[in-house]
Amino acid sequence: MASAREEILRRIRAARVPRAAPVVRGYHREGPGGVELFAERVADYRAVVRTVPDVPEALKALAGKRIVAPAGVPREWLVGGVTWLREPLTTEELDRADGVLTGCAVAIADTGTIVLDGGEAQGRRALTLLPDYHVCVVRADQIAGSVPEALQRLEPTRPLTFISGPSATSDIELNRVEGVHGPRTLEVLIVT
Amino acid sequence: MARNPVTWLGSPTFPKAAHTALADTQLRQNLRKATGTIRARRAAAVAEMTDWEMLRVAGEQIKDDVLARLDTLLVQLEESVTARGGVVHWARDAEEANRIVLDLCRAENAREVVKVKSMATAEIGLNEALEAGGVQAVETDLAELIVQLGDDRPSHILVPAIHRNRSEIREIFQRRMGVEVSDEPADLAEAARTYLRRKFLTTKVAISGANFAVADTGSIVVLESEGNGRMCLTLPETLITVMGIEKLVPSWQDLEVFLQLLPRSSTAERMNPYTSVWTGVTPGDGPQKFHLVLIDNGRTATLTDSVGRQALRCIRCSACLNVCPVYERTGGQSYGSVYPGPIGAILTPQLVGDLTDPQAASLPYASSLCGACFEVCPVRIDIPSVLTHLRAEVVEAKGRTAESVAMAAAAWVFRESSRYEKAQKAGSLARFLARDGRITSLPWPGSRWTSSRDVPAPPAESFRAWWRKNRG
Ligand code: SF4
Repeated sequence: MASAREEILRRIRAARVPRAAPVVRGYHREGPGGVELFAERVADYRAVVRTVPDVPEALKALAGKRIVAPAGVPREWLVGGVTWLREPLTTEELDRADGVLTGCAVAIADTGTIVLDGGEAQGRRALTLLPDYHVCVVRADQIAGSVPEALQRLEPTRPLTFISGPSATSDIELNRVEGVHGPRTLEVLIVT
Repeated sequence: MARNPVTWLGSPTFPKAAHTALADTQLRQNLRKATGTIRARRAAAVAEMTDWEMLRVAGEQIKDDVLARLDTLLVQLEESVTARGGVVHWARDAEEANRIVLDLCRAENAREVVKVKSMATAEIGLNEALEAGGVQAVETDLAELIVQLGDDRPSHILVPAIHRNRSEIREIFQRRMGVEVSDEPADLAEAARTYLRRKFLTTKVAISGANFAVADTGSIVVLESEGNGRMCLTLPETLITVMGIEKLVPSWQDLEVFLQLLPRSSTAERMNPYTSVWTGVTPGDGPQKFHLVLIDNGRTATLTDSVGRQALRCIRCSACLNVCPVYERTGGQSYGSVYPGPIGAILTPQLVGDLTDPQAASLPYASSLCGACFEVCPVRIDIPSVLTHLRAEVVEAKGRTAESVAMAAAAWVFRESSRYEKAQKAGSLARFLARDGRITSLPWPGSRWTSSRDVPAPPAESFRAWWRKNRG
């Protein structure tokens, strides 16, 4: 008997689907972009968004909290008065943290999205998932205008997380309610 | 051959089920409220995009290309996933897929697994098969949890518990979780968060579906809202992803189209809260064992039908359900399948593959051919044409009970449709003005049909005409 793989491939070939027309990409590949649009779109998801000239100054508000800081977070972000939690961290430790501070790989102005790729200042995926509060620092030059521009800047084989606002659900009467399993508060700091 | 679990065993045919559903005024009220809300919001989210029609066209073309090169692309996907440390499995039907997943769970000694909402696993009846094999599957998506705890069946692709209002959900949670909770959506969400937290932190095996798989990189993509998906995709040691063979896109760039089409069409958002992308196994981040189960389960048979195969372009956004006047009145469970509404009416009978089956044969008649589904479909599936085509096949299949049941369904929709005549207007207007089967330009509201160039006209034969000719 043929293997499932062989049989499925044989059935596909037997269907003789004709070649398709070439794909016409007539849609916009670029967006207007910009800090203002990005900030406005992030705010639409009921995330906290602030444009700050100075990251350490803005982070002073975290004093007294236990905050996860992934590898690669710039030294000057680790302001005094905060208990900084560094890897290795267990799942339980992450679950008990008050929050997590990260940078990002790319952001998207059109949709108010931040994208993490596990690189510098972002850490593995669990770090930004278990703490209930996530503060993400976005540099103006990391903001892509559109979804196509953002995908072009990303390396698809890295583990990617696209984040658009805090965790939410539309499952009760189809209305968006913030706060289910992921961080219930998302704060985006845009550095200009 | 084993029966395809895509339809529920013992489900009444559409007209019977619809008749019962119509008597349930609470259900109709819940549905009208929910679909009304989402329709308006989707329209606003789409209106924001000046290039929406071009995105739809690209979405259609990319998916048609996938169907034309499916064998090559699947082999390419298998290679890329394997190269990155994943293991690929192939399953001809539901039974084979369920056995593969059960064996994988057993190999990990898992008695309990966490699940992210997935149409593919619902289609193959995975939870039931796992339970029979001694493995408990815990649904973690809020709506799936509501359905599971309520010992209920899903009624919508995206929001399986759409037929439940907040006070019904409160009642289910209080009864099954043993907690006091108000009927405020935020409190209900909090109750689910607390209920599932420990399971996320301790369960070793997770099962997910996939929205897309990128053939050239081997990347798998899951869109979600709550973060339960991220929990399942990140915390367990083993991840098993079950995916229909048509869920491919050829390249990473193609995702730029679907990541724009899907969120706006499904939850009416610019972007859903979370989208996860992973490729095989990443050392030190997420599950260190990854299995991808590719399922056929009627898809290759659907592929042989030159008209019907376009149903395989579907990205499961559920926009067609939300605009369907028949769905709004009957609810999802009347369709007797995990795929309800307009897409269910064309996909379910094709996956079942037996038009002498009375229940499957009644589904292509669960429509008034008003055309609203085609208008909103982000991959431009011409659902009315496929319905007409499948109706002809039902008649040809000559299953006598099937045919008479189909006629009863047609009669039912015919009677009902006079009550929502208005919904039919746009469709008939477009048909009336079409020349050579193509529509060039129309005034509003018909212009919504023609905002992309060269839209094929809706089926020439209106439902009523068809009915008059075929009722015998
Ligand atoms: S048929 Fe089209 S509108 Fe309906 S669920 Fe599929 S993609 Fe969405």
